[in-house]
This record gives sequence, structure tokens and C-alpha cells, in this order.
Amino acid sequence: MSISIQSISKTFGAYAALENVSLEVPDGSLTALLGPSGSGKTTLLRIVAGLEFADSGPGKISFHGEDVINVPAKERGVGFVFQHYALFRHMTVAQNIAFGLSVLPRSRRPQKSEIRDRVMELLSLVKLDGLDKRRPHELSGGQRQRVALARALAIRPKVLLLDEPFGALDAQVRKDLRRWLRQFHDEIGLTTLFVTHDQEEALELSDQVVVMRNARIEQVGKPQTVYDQPRSPFVYEFLGNVNKLHSGNNVRYVRPHEIDVIFAAEYDPATDALARVQHLFSAGPIATLTVRLNDGQFLDVELSRKQLDELGLSVGDEVAVRPAEGACL
Amino acid sequence: MSQRPVTTESAPVRLLLIGAAILVLSLFLLLPLAAVFVEAFRKGWEVFLASLHDEAALSAIKLTLIAAGISVPLNTLFGVSAAWLVTKFRFKGRSLLVSLIDLPFAVSPVIAGLVWVLLFGAKGWFGPWLDAHDIKIIFAMPGIVIATVFVTFPFVARELIPLMETQGSDQEEAAVTLGANGWHVFFRVTLPNIKWGLLYGVLLCNARAMGEFGAVSVVSGHIRGETNTLPLHVEVLYNEYQFSAAFACATLLAFLALITLGMKSAVEHFTGHSTKGH
Repeated sequence: MSISIQSISKTFGAYAALENVSLEVPDGSLTALLGPSGSGKTTLLRIVAGLEFADSGPGKISFHGEDVINVPAKERGVGFVFQHYALFRHMTVAQNIAFGLSVLPRSRRPQKSEIRDRVMELLSLVKLDGLDKRRPHELSGGQRQRVALARALAIRPKVLLLDEPFGALDAQVRKDLRRWLRQFHDEIGLTTLFVTHDQEEALELSDQVVVMRNARIEQVGKPQTVYDQPRSPFVYEFLGNVNKLHSGNNVRYVRPHEIDVIFAAEYDPATDALARVQHLFSAGPIATLTVRLNDGQFLDVELSRKQLDELGLSVGDEVAVRPAEGACL
Repeated sequence: MSQRPVTTESAPVRLLLIGAAILVLSLFLLLPLAAVFVEAFRKGWEVFLASLHDEAALSAIKLTLIAAGISVPLNTLFGVSAAWLVTKFRFKGRSLLVSLIDLPFAVSPVIAGLVWVLLFGAKGWFGPWLDAHDIKIIFAMPGIVIATVFVTFPFVARELIPLMETQGSDQEEAAVTLGANGWHVFFRVTLPNIKWGLLYGVLLCNARAMGEFGAVSVVSGHIRGETNTLPLHVEVLYNEYQFSAAFACATLLAFLALITLGMKSAVEHFTGHSTKGH
């Protein structure tokens, strides 16, 4: 089910959380709302869920063409996964997952056995078989998140909304769950909208990235597009590591991995700049160098370990740096 | 020299502090409590039982039970509603409401009783109207109930508000997105999460309702056998030099205190965690 957001604004007192935001989320896509804190992304998600109300005015929210802006949250049929899971502490995993089904009006509520079957089915889907009788506090963060997901899916939602789903987890768990979520989404094909401030996550996971800042949308596009063709310095800076070079009134940007380092002896004044290695960090698959240019500015450069070894650099060495076939704003 | 955690004191200091605490506890709590029981039984079992079976005493007990029986449920209902309102919603005047809830705590019990006399007494604002309709509030049971409701007003709310504030609204919001209506949300999500705090609030509310003296004393008129609650009856007996009878009735109140504490500890032990937070 596609989501169509038109001209949504939201103010909290004097503070504008969203200003005239419009967005199309295609049916079946996995879309990321990406931005720094305060950009409005969580507010937008909550408005789509019906947990907040947009300011009155021309704003519209439609699911598959049907206007839902006046539909209360409990009738919107959205699956919402909270950053801190919001599992019902006093219920077992099975009871948590069954909750949405157990509060259906009698006429629509399935039989107990049907509910049970569905719960087991969902537990399998999120790879948590056998944990049905546990309580939330007996689970790890990653497990809790998957229970929250299963719970949201139990009601067969029209759309799935995730609020910083991996924010509270360890780095490794986060990576694993990210991979798992992508696979999962491909399997079930449910339109999913998730909020994150982690650009790596947004770029890796989504079909469509929506970069937000200060209550507005800066750019929408495929991950490749927003990364390679950023429409503003903000998007460029937000989506990856950045070097900023000032010359006079101009600012030029270059990404650390788009810089080649060569021996000072091979310095070509037409394309290169001379620099001195200030700092070297090489634990890990990528080596990061900080070099100081002759005009006093600093550049961060990323090299593969292999390249670093070939150059045999240490702190204090003089080198030449040259932009690779990269984009310079 | 054994290692001990940095945040504890050395053995002698610990002994000193614990000793001081025990001394204070004994002086201010255990000794008086023991004295109540000793004096109550000074004239023997029969006098003790007779004091409790006395008509005036029975009437006092009955009145105390009625006052508590009305004020505790009312204030529980109020406390839960107020806590729900204050913690789940943001609205103008919210902090004012929270301060108002605390008002009965800030006011001296005597004043808490006096205001009702000034409102409903013979010469009060509504005095003539009540008189004309033959309704007695002051110096009658309704007045006692009203005064008790007033002084025990904040207990449940004060217990629940910080608890619900800490717990946040995430679970309630989750329930709503899953299709739950207000009823479901309250009874299946909120209430189970606050049940121990609620129980504790009710216990305190009840203890105060049964033990209130000052406010009730002002509105009661001390009509023996009619408008005396148990605490008032104790005072009446004491003023008539019937010490053993007075202490005998006092033991009932002391038992109430012990039972309240016992139930609170049982709740904490049973749930494995404190009634506060979690």
C-alpha cells in the first residue's frame, strides 16, 4: 500500500517540527527518513501513524489513495515499531504478539487456536521459535526488537513504520539485524518507512532515501543518487565523510576515499598538492591519514591497507595528494 | 587488611551509625508502640475486651470503617484519573493541577476541618440552605466523610504520578497502534504496570483515612456514640481518665499501622522489587 504525504506541517507551540512536507512512498518500498536530531523525521513518522496530529490545513495523508488524516490511530492499520520496543512488560512474548488480535472486536476476533497459530507463525518468521513463554526482560535487545516487529505484523498492517529500530542495539547486532530486515522486507513486500540518523544504515537498507533537515525535506532519491548526486552541501556532508577545502570564498568538497596519495617525488604541480602526514590510523581494513596541506588546511584521506603498505608512510613524511576520478562540489 | 568497597565505612563507623539508627528507632517508634500495648493490658484481658465491646467504641469503629470505606475508593478513582490525565496529556494548567492535588498535604489538618465548618456549618456559606432542607453535614457523618476524603485526597495520585511519569507512554501508544481502545489500553496495559504503586497508594490512603484526627475532630462535634471515629474516641476516653480503655482502642489503630506495613513489605517481597518505579 503506497503512502502519500501532502503538505504536512506541525508546530509544537512556537517550534516548527515540520514545514509543508510532501512525500510519496511507493507501494512495497523500503524508504528511509534520514536526518539529524530535530529534523522532523520522527514527527513525520508519528503523524503517519496517527500518534500525532498535523496542524489543520491543506495537509493530507493517504494510504493507497484513501485519505486517513482524520482516521484515529487505532483504526489506521499501521504496524509501529518503537525505538525502545515498548513491549508489554507484564505479558509473555506470545501474549505481546497476540495483543493486536486479542483486542479486535468480537465479530472480527479469530478463535484462540487461530491466534495461537498466527503467533507461532510469526515467531518462526522472526526466528524466535521457542521463546513464546519468555517475558521481555528475559530477552536480549535484538530479540526484543524482533518481538516488537512480530507484534506489529500480527495485525496484518497496511504499512510498517519503524522509529530508529536499531538505535538502542550494539554495533554488531545492528549490522546483523539490518541485513535481516532487508531480507525480511524482500520476502514480505510490505511498504515500510523507517526513521534513522545513521546514514550508513539508510544507504545500505533502503530503496529510497529521504534526507531531512530542519523540518523540511532536502532530497529524495535512490541511495546511489543521493550519495553521488547530492543536491546541497548539507546532503553531501551528511551522507558520508567529507573534507572541506576553503580557497578564498569558495568551498570545495572531496570525500576521503576519493583522494590518491603518491610519493612526494612524483608531485605534479598541475593536479597535486604537497602535504605532510600528521596522523596515521591503520587498525582495520581501511587506513585513515590526516595530512596537512601547505596552506595549513587538513585533509582526511582513506586508503586501503594495501595502498598504505605500498607507500610505506609514517608520521611526518611528505606526500603529494591528488583527487581521484571523484566529484568535487 | 580486608578490602572493602570504597563507598562503605569502616566497621567501627558502621556499627556506630547502625547503633544510632537503632537507638532513634527505639526511642521514637518501638518504645511508644510497646507502651500502647503495655498500658492497654494493664488492667487485664477482660477490661481490654470490654473497652472494645463498649457501645461507644463499637460505634466509633463503625464510623471509622464507613469514613475509610467511602474515602478510599473515591480517592483511588480520583487518583488514578488525575495521574492518567497528568502523565499522558499536556495541557494548560497541568502544573497547577499537580500543585492543587498536593494542597491537602500542605494545609494543617485543623484548617482542613475548619473550611468545611465555614462552608457547611450553621453559620457557614451554605448553612441556611442546608438547614432549610434539613441536611446535616457538620457535626454529623457526612461532614466526617468529607473531611476524611479531603485529607486523604493526594495519596493515590502522588504515588502514581511519578511512577507513570517514569514509565512513559510508549506502551500505551503501542497498544493504540495495535488497535486497542481506551478501555483496553487502561485495563490491559496501564493498570498492570502500576498495580503495585496503586496498591501502596491505597494502603497509605487507608491508613490515613482511618487514623485522621485533626480535621475530623473539628467537624465532628464529638457526640459520643454518634460522631466519634476511633481516633476521636481514644481522645475522649483519655480525657475522662479511662487510660486503659483509651489504650485498648489505641491498640486497634496500632494494629492497623502494623498490618499496613506488613502488607507493604509482603507486596515488595512478593513482587521481588520495590513498589516504587520499575
